[in-house]
Amino acid sequence: MILEAPFTEAKVRKLKVGDVVEITGRIYTGRDAFHKYLHDGGTSPVDLMNSIIYHCGPVVVKEGGRWVVKAAGPTTSIREEPYQGPLMEQYGIRGVIGKGGMGAKTLAACKKVGACYFHAVGGAAQVLAQRVINVPNVHLLEEFGSPEAVWEFDTVKFPVVVTMDSHGRSLHDKIEAASAKELGRLLG
Amino acid sequence: MDAKTLQERFLELIRRTSCEMPQDMIRAVDKAWRQEKRDTTAKYALGVMRDNIKLAGDLSQPLCQDTGMIICYVDRPAWISEREIIRVYSRAVAEATKKGYLRQNSVDSITGKNSGNNLGPGSPVLHFHETTSKSMTVRMMLKGGGSENVSTQYALPDNRLGAGRDLEGVRKCVLDAVHQAQGRGCGPGILGVCVGGDRATGYVSAKEQFFRDLDDSSSDKTLAKLESSLVKEANSLGIGPMGFGGSTTLLGVKMTARNRVPASFFVTVAYMCWAYRRNGFKLSESGRITGWVYDQGGKR
Repeated sequence: MILEAPFTEAKVRKLKVGDVVEITGRIYTGRDAFHKYLHDGGTSPVDLMNSIIYHCGPVVVKEGGRWVVKAAGPTTSIREEPYQGPLMEQYGIRGVIGKGGMGAKTLAACKKVGACYFHAVGGAAQVLAQRVINVPNVHLLEEFGSPEAVWEFDTVKFPVVVTMDSHGRSLHDKIEAASAKELGRLLG
Repeated sequence: MDAKTLQERFLELIRRTSCEMPQDMIRAVDKAWRQEKRDTTAKYALGVMRDNIKLAGDLSQPLCQDTGMIICYVDRPAWISEREIIRVYSRAVAEATKKGYLRQNSVDSITGKNSGNNLGPGSPVLHFHETTSKSMTVRMMLKGGGSENVSTQYALPDNRLGAGRDLEGVRKCVLDAVHQAQGRGCGPGILGVCVGGDRATGYVSAKEQFFRDLDDSSSDKTLAKLESSLVKEANSLGIGPMGFGGSTTLLGVKMTARNRVPASFFVTVAYMCWAYRRNGFKLSESGRITGWVYDQGGKR
């Protein structure tokens, strides 16, 4: 399944938990420092309406005057749980890419604004870096340092799995509950 | 050997550790991929991991962008000082960062400033042991934040788990740790477990287990048995690769024990992600690499 920019609410509402999706278009990296910065009232250097935020601290080096992505897998998303839902609502963020899933607050925001949580395969830094074909710009590099900066990534067929959709479903909740039941059996 | 040669050798070890998956782990990921059912998200995730392992090796680029804590164990022979190793190794780390083998991963905890070259208080991590051998053995591990964040420590007895001060209690802690981690440690994972010790040595010993071969067993028969039964039990939890569900939650459990004081009974569980980065070599005084600590898959 392909998801192409612009990332509109109508397109995202069609996606369901379990869908394997390939994202094509511009996305922005943003992780701990950026989420806290926005939450504390900082101005976003990019337009976040209908955007996809990638929880990622990439390895990017400058070669021949341009930025080249050397590695770009997802980071653990749950750290942004206090901020993600409110920021989705405030800015019209249409999706986040990360790993490990997020909590009830984000799931509720996904339902309300029409957004999805996209799970990339953690540690797959090369497979994912190959799908970033261009890095037009970077923001807050000096302030946050390279892993925490806001990098603009132009992606082609960036592979992810929908694990939280805009209809209130979460694969993480399902697996957590099923594994808790089995753990209870093992612990007696 | 001159400092320039030593720096080159260290740089090569860092490159290989960051970019090349250990052979025992490649075999384990392949086996897991074969075992997961068709058309499942678990099989898809393991397929991406296999592609990633191949790409990273071919391109000589990091397996994972989180090149983690840079941990190094050195068996130091008489012909070189710790001081000299620290000086040259630090230069190699800075160079590896510039070349993109390592991410800029060292952040001042007070100011939030990234040092930009992976050098700073506490980074990189070096452990030294004196050796009577003529050669210097250097073992290296890169451990990312995702797996480190789900590593954990229990003090027995634990009321919540109904875990007492015995091996059955240890078993319960380990299974609980796997459940708590879900997919957040980038599974399928490998656990290093230390029974006993104090809070600090427990973590150190648990993490040192990752220098073992994936296919080995503890030399202690009781622990060896527990290692293998815990893998099976953890896999029955159904958490699967990346927490997507499936039958591969763990690829291995490595256990050790340390004496404890009567009042303490710690169980420390270190979690390593599937992007398991470790390597090691032996260096002669003249600067020649005389051997690799782990299976290099025929590569030289």
